[in-house]
Amino acid sequence: MIDRDELLHVARLARLALHEDELETTAAELSSILGHVAAIDQLDLDGVEPTAHIGDVSDSLRADQPRPSLAREVALAPAPAVRDDGFLVPSPQGE
Amino acid sequence: MAGAELEPVIGLEIHVQLRTATKMFCGCALGFGEPPNTRTCPVCLGLPGALPVANAEAIHYGLMIGMALESELAPISTFHRKNYFYPDLPKGYQISQFDLPLCSGGKLGEVNIHRVHIEEDAAKLNHAGASGRIEGADSSIVDFNRGGTPLAEIVTEPELGSAEQAGEWLRLLRTTLRTLGVSDVNMEEGSLRCDANISLRPVGTDQLGTKTELKNMNSFRFIERGIRAEVDRQRAIIEAGETVTQETLHFDPKSESITSLRSKEEAHDYRYFPEPDLPPVMITGEMLARASAALPELPAARELRYIEALSLSPESARLFAWRAELADYFDAVCAADKSLDRQLAANWVTELQGRLGEEEAEDSKVTAAALAQLAAMVASSQINQGGAKQVLDQLVAAGGDPAAIVADQGLEAVGGADELAPIVAAALEANPELTERLRGGDMKPIGVIIGEVMKQTRGRADGKEVTALVREQLGLS
Ligand SMILES: [Zn+2]
Repeated sequence: MIDRDELLHVARLARLALHEDELETTAAELSSILGHVAAIDQLDLDGVEPTAHIGDVSDSLRADQPRPSLAREVALAPAPAVRDDGFLVPSPQGE
Repeated sequence: MAGAELEPVIGLEIHVQLRTATKMFCGCALGFGEPPNTRTCPVCLGLPGALPVANAEAIHYGLMIGMALESELAPISTFHRKNYFYPDLPKGYQISQFDLPLCSGGKLGEVNIHRVHIEEDAAKLNHAGASGRIEGADSSIVDFNRGGTPLAEIVTEPELGSAEQAGEWLRLLRTTLRTLGVSDVNMEEGSLRCDANISLRPVGTDQLGTKTELKNMNSFRFIERGIRAEVDRQRAIIEAGETVTQETLHFDPKSESITSLRSKEEAHDYRYFPEPDLPPVMITGEMLARASAALPELPAARELRYIEALSLSPESARLFAWRAELADYFDAVCAADKSLDRQLAANWVTELQGRLGEEEAEDSKVTAAALAQLAAMVASSQINQGGAKQVLDQLVAAGGDPAAIVADQGLEAVGGADELAPIVAAALEANPELTERLRGGDMKPIGVIIGEVMKQTRGRADGKEVTALVREQLGLS
């Protein structure tokens, strides 16, 4: 079972504002997900290579050839605020 | 710990932008100084559903770096997500490498390499507030042109013992990367950036003290000054009986002050996990052969060639080989006059660099041909050392033709028995008491006689020749 401190730590890292009355249910849900994955620990996996990827891994690289970029208006269209041709964001504080 | 002699332990982390045509995981063209946000696409903007594909040329450059640093190259290398929130990182994570970096271990000069891995650069944040730094500004403007630029992160073992050694080693690394042609290595434009991990320990022990990380220093001068300032700061803390806090620091070169950037411990909890959108990179024999074939002559080989083929002193050979721009300039001086003694040419290149400081010789007003001519005039005794140094001062200040400067200002050496002998004779005659001592075999007063002759010739005589003439005129063997 994931404890309260651990939950608050993870929530802070993920920028989640959890209310006091959500802590218990969230901890239970997270624990259940982790428990599900932990089932794998019960298997004997000695000598089994970790699977890094399930697709075809040969020839996974791209030639260094430029492709057209987006027009600036298109790139900036989803921005909540724009200034001087850039994405205007709140300044990061205390990180 | 107070009372014990303390020594710095320094490790460096260098981020170098690779000189590919396109970004690390998308086809956006790289550039410098383009209008903001004109080099973006769904991948480097982190839009939902966009899929990254790794740039083969960046991997190729990474392998070349690994070979130059004598690293062990991974047969299979994987990418991980490094999670943190910052406006210059649109996905909420940086694609980097974790447990299977492209290159592990290695050595450059006397310093061991911990690892080299490949990752993507963050975007550029311009602060909209009045303050140049992040703190104090209310809002920032993000330009994603730089976001996704391929980076190689090179991490040394904590083995450097001083700010000077760190600076000198960094020059060697920069020269190596420049010679490889994998990066512009321009610190001012940010294509080479350096962080330093710094701690102190009692001399002679191998215990490690608490380390701090000094971030993003962008010139050799600032790196050395920043490390020195941080070493002094830690020493003062420890000597006062207090403890150093592990934190990330910023050095302000203007005020020489050090301030804390982040101290929250979770800032370092990056929750790495394998990047599911990128398959592992399989390093094939073909890729290794191509990287190996692309390796040019590296500084260590150049140093050896200068010693063995050109008979340079080990000091000159290392000075040049560790600083490619200077070595190229030296090569140009030798090419301008093939009959020139190589060590003499090397000495004059060193003399020139001493006057230039941080400026590169090739950017100075002194052309390689002019320096070759000056050295040749010294070699043929047309001018002496002192005269040549005066000419060099003028070349540095205004450029020009050494022969013309010598002729203009009458700096030709006064040499040969015909010209110099009467001046020596007059100097001896003017100092009868010293002359007697010299005649009796006490050579101490010779300096006074040489000084007198130099005064008469305005420094254009050769000290050795004066000594020989004194001996001759006094009948000393
Ligand atoms: Zn892109």
